[in-house]
Amino acid sequence: MLENYFPVLMFMLVGLGFGLAPVILGRLLAPYRPDSEKNSPYECGFEAFEDARMKFDVRYYLIAILFILFDLEIAFLFPWATVFQEFIAAGEIAWFVFGSVMVFLAILVIGYIVEWKNGALDWE
Amino acid sequence: MNFVVPDFYPAAAEIFVAVMALVIMLASTFARSVARNLAYLLTQATLIAAAFITIFTMEGEVVHTFSNLFISDLLGDVLKLMIYFSTAIALLYGRGYLADRKIDKPEYYLLALLMTLGMMVMVTANHMLPMYIGLEMMSLALYTMVAFDRDSARSTEAAMKYFVLGALASGLLLYGMSMVYGATGTLEFSGVAQALYNQTANQTVLMFGVVFLVAGICFKLGVVPFHMWVPDVYQGAPTAVTLVIATAPKLAAFAMAVRLLIWALFDIAEEWQMMLMLVAAASIVLGNLAAIAQQNIKRMLAYSGISHMGFMLLGLLAGVVEGDRHFALNAYSSAMFYAISYVIMSLASFGMLILLSRAGFEAENIDDFKGLNKRSSWYALMMLFVMFSMAGVPFFIGFFAKLSVLQAVVAAGYFWLAVLAVVMSVIGAFYYLRVVKVMYFDEPVDSSPIHAAPEVRVMLSANGLAIAALGLAPQALMSLCAFALLRSL
Amino acid sequence: MLSLSHFLILGAILFAISVVGIFLNRKNLIVLLMAIELMLLSVNMNFVAFSHYLGDIAGQVFVFFILTVAAAESAIGLAILIVMFRNMRTIHVDDLDSLKG
Repeated sequence: MLENYFPVLMFMLVGLGFGLAPVILGRLLAPYRPDSEKNSPYECGFEAFEDARMKFDVRYYLIAILFILFDLEIAFLFPWATVFQEFIAAGEIAWFVFGSVMVFLAILVIGYIVEWKNGALDWE
Repeated sequence: MNFVVPDFYPAAAEIFVAVMALVIMLASTFARSVARNLAYLLTQATLIAAAFITIFTMEGEVVHTFSNLFISDLLGDVLKLMIYFSTAIALLYGRGYLADRKIDKPEYYLLALLMTLGMMVMVTANHMLPMYIGLEMMSLALYTMVAFDRDSARSTEAAMKYFVLGALASGLLLYGMSMVYGATGTLEFSGVAQALYNQTANQTVLMFGVVFLVAGICFKLGVVPFHMWVPDVYQGAPTAVTLVIATAPKLAAFAMAVRLLIWALFDIAEEWQMMLMLVAAASIVLGNLAAIAQQNIKRMLAYSGISHMGFMLLGLLAGVVEGDRHFALNAYSSAMFYAISYVIMSLASFGMLILLSRAGFEAENIDDFKGLNKRSSWYALMMLFVMFSMAGVPFFIGFFAKLSVLQAVVAAGYFWLAVLAVVMSVIGAFYYLRVVKVMYFDEPVDSSPIHAAPEVRVMLSANGLAIAALGLAPQALMSLCAFALLRSL
Repeated sequence: MLSLSHFLILGAILFAISVVGIFLNRKNLIVLLMAIELMLLSVNMNFVAFSHYLGDIAGQVFVFFILTVAAAESAIGLAILIVMFRNMRTIHVDDLDSLKG
């Protein structure tokens, strides 16, 4: 019974190792010259300690909107990828299955081009 | 592996419109300087070409493809043709209006085309999934179009209301779909019908789902008690967009009602007929009474649209009486005839509003029609045709539309409903005739001549004359509706 | 043991919360968008539960599409919200009152 969970234990150990190794290696190998800027907490684009309910730039929304659209389309590739093996075994039809996903991706690429060309991705 | 490569031929029109939408998207991005005209012309060309493709690929019999997700039948083809036709006319009317307000961006035409594609998918859906995808494609494009005048607080407010209530409607519809799926074990309309026929469905779960489905459909049709968005959106949206909302989407909503209720749930027709009966009666009463109080003609037409959709439902609810299905074909074709004639009248009425508007001036009050006869007796006559037809004055198309649904209701034995509908439409005639009265008997407030592009003048005249001509010879359109349904059922 | 009706009840509760959220919320439109999102997720719960107990994959496929459409819907909702905020300087539901009659 318990040995069934051995892979989970391995997984946890490997995960822990992956997390700790860079930190330890960095501490051992990298030059260590702290100053106040380097030691202060860092958060991308914001002051780290202030009211969490601050207003933030409306441009973040735009990026978020564009991100979420492309992000979720990728979800369609997972079910496709799981069955694609079977289609390869079935022969010729695999090209059709492959092509239909390429059409789907092409539509996304066209959307991306339009977005880019219209300047939706420029910060300024 | 039981996968077969689908037959693309029946879906040629849909694929063509989708490809053209992408082409227009790219073209208007890369040719920014001419994008406005290019997008407009390409959109119109696409709609016309799609109509030809639909006619050429018409098979006259029912064809399923895409693993039964897609159905191609004569009903779908006729509705698709009407959708192209009304979208094309709506874009034609609206173009000058948008240009005057500097909002005729290429994206507008692109959104209109995507909306058309969504409606085409809805009309040809044989499965809950494409029905939902098509509905969302149409609705999302419409929300954006309502907000197209970005600097107008009124139109963004209307867009927000439309968005929230529209999303609620899709939520209700989806919840209903999930329940029907749970009860019958399939999402395909013919599969649902089969499960109902074999009585293998769980009745409690099924009825629960049907209630939500009907609520979702009623929301999209804009009938009482799900009508709250209609007047606000009609009033707040730019008139050119109101014109779009009031026309083709009604046909798509009709198609959705037909596919879901008749194709899938015909065996429990008497349950949903009861719900539709209450909804139709309430819409006819409330729509007509509320319209009387309106000074804003866009709101007035919105309430009149609510009552018209109530009338249309009269046809859908009269199909089955005590298990007897003899009336079904007649009743459903009268509803289809009603939907199509409402769209023709609606095009002309909002077209007239656009004709009277100009840069810096919105014609949206009934007073703006004062003395139209003195300014242009021809357009006053056209407006007279529209108003008479909407009121159901004999020998216009609206009269025959009302007559045929009332015949269906009487044949089904619901006399009280027929009497109520007649009484309410007599009361309703008052507000239509008020517009006629101010046009002919009041002095013009503003006597500036009417400006419009020649193609708008020609099309609007043709539209007004069509209302009169179809009223003189309604038989052709009526038999087309009956034939389309007969060959599709 | 969890049965189908447990999932359906959870779906119904989530759905009811979202509908109440849409109708009772008078303050913030962002909350409204979240309620709409919750509504679609409650439907997903139903679809997945039915799909599992019916042994039919179609319901799960539907869920993928609902998720994508929900993303598109919230994108458009946020876009309208931003335009509205620019015009009216508020996102309070109560301030949506210029259209009536």
